[in-house]
Amino acid sequence: MTAPPVAPMISCRDVHKRFATKASTTFVALGGVTLDIAAGEFITVLGPSGCGKSTLLNMIAGFDSPTSGDLLVDGAAVTGPSPDKGVVFQEFALFPWLSVRRNIAYGLRERKVGKAEQRRIVDGMLELVGLQQVADHYPHQLSGGMKQRVSLARVLAIEPKILLLDEPFGALDEQRRMQLQDDLLRIWEQQRKTAVFVTHSIEEAVVLGDRVVVMAAQPGRIRTVIDIDLPRPRDRTSDEFNALRRTVTDALWS
Amino acid sequence: MSNQTATREPQRQRTRPRALRSARSRIRLEYLAVPVLLVAAWEVAVVSGAIDARSVPAPHTVVQTWWTWVAGSDAGSADPYSGTWFASVFASAQRVVLGFLIASAAGTAVGLLIGWSRPARVLLQPVIDILRPIPTTAWVPFAVVFFGIQPSASVFLIALGCFPPIVLNATAGALATPKVLVSAALMLGTTKRRALWRVALPSALPSILTGLRVGLALAWVLVIVSEMVAVKSGLGFSLWDAYYFGRMDVIVVAMFTVGVLGYLSDKALGLVSKPVLRWAP
Repeated sequence: MTAPPVAPMISCRDVHKRFATKASTTFVALGGVTLDIAAGEFITVLGPSGCGKSTLLNMIAGFDSPTSGDLLVDGAAVTGPSPDKGVVFQEFALFPWLSVRRNIAYGLRERKVGKAEQRRIVDGMLELVGLQQVADHYPHQLSGGMKQRVSLARVLAIEPKILLLDEPFGALDEQRRMQLQDDLLRIWEQQRKTAVFVTHSIEEAVVLGDRVVVMAAQPGRIRTVIDIDLPRPRDRTSDEFNALRRTVTDALWS
Repeated sequence: MSNQTATREPQRQRTRPRALRSARSRIRLEYLAVPVLLVAAWEVAVVSGAIDARSVPAPHTVVQTWWTWVAGSDAGSADPYSGTWFASVFASAQRVVLGFLIASAAGTAVGLLIGWSRPARVLLQPVIDILRPIPTTAWVPFAVVFFGIQPSASVFLIALGCFPPIVLNATAGALATPKVLVSAALMLGTTKRRALWRVALPSALPSILTGLRVGLALAWVLVIVSEMVAVKSGLGFSLWDAYYFGRMDVIVVAMFTVGVLGYLSDKALGLVSKPVLRWAP
């Protein structure tokens, strides 16, 4: 195996994760995952439920640790959650007691960024995700799509090295989902953050990713990795797109 | 951008208050109908002699007594209660506030800790589980012996009685903190220790406030009980003292006084918690 010219931003080396279950047996959530993700790459992880795709993401985020194997982000072993690994959760995970503005400023406040600077960054983020009008609303006053925009803005505000998204649009309807996919791509094109996006939607995986990592269950493992060479923005109805969708679908069901 | 329905909602609410307020005051008057009828029936029953005025004072007597108790001159008056109402109210209210504050601080802190950290739960939960089933009233003799016939005995009993509902609700609130919010906070740079303040406390606030409300109601129960036995001042003492002297009118006034104070303190707590809970759906 030849060494990559540039060190990968995220590196998984033979990562295993086992959970003890009640009947003193172990459940193998991940049975050896090896994957390198380059800086600035957009990776989508696709697989059926139970394939360990969320477990993998949680371990990269530092919420969980591998039973064995190595997990490196920017060359350093992952030891726990930190602001250089931004996470967007499926459940939005906004602080309900903070306004939109203060939710976005949360990480900046923890980092003790000055008030004026906080304001400048938050204003920029509000504009980026198009939520200026609801800046002083509380999360319960927002629609699901708006909540996820706030969640994205909150993470981008702290300028993480990598962006981890765990089925972020899973709870949204189809139309809103497509809209947010386009917005996410627009933002990603501007910032070029390394992104790992977990999804169970084939179309979403193909629309967003530079590469689609197709996973299989029992034990959770990578089945194959498919390059998506289509230029963005991608036409969801083009022949090339559908051909790739078929390839990915076949890989998923093989 | 995508949808602006959420922006419109609060604006609509902003234009409404005036109409709402007049509607609300009209409703308030209707609410008074049955109480007024009951008082009228009570007055008629006593004045007509259907009820013996020596066992149940008429409403007008109650009002008179109240007035004398509040505003009468205490020097050389025939009525020993004359002009002492404020002193009694102040004594009782002081004990309630003090006992309640102690219980609130301790109960919230202990409850959050129990709900947040396993070691704290292991250490503290058994103590609470053992002490909680003992009725606070059963502590009265102990408190009298330990503190003497002193206001501190009353404050102790109030704090003790308020503590369980406050601690239970704070525990439940902290336990119900969504895990994903803790994860989000850690990811955004909050340390594990700080997450208790940053996430568990605000997340538990609605539950904590419920506990405080229950606790405050209990505080008024306990101030009366404790003053009947353990202290020689306050509304509870007046109540018991009036019983010995057969002053039914004073008893009724004291009862209503406690009721009004309990109502007002609950409303005050509600007002304080309103801005805190503006974010709750």
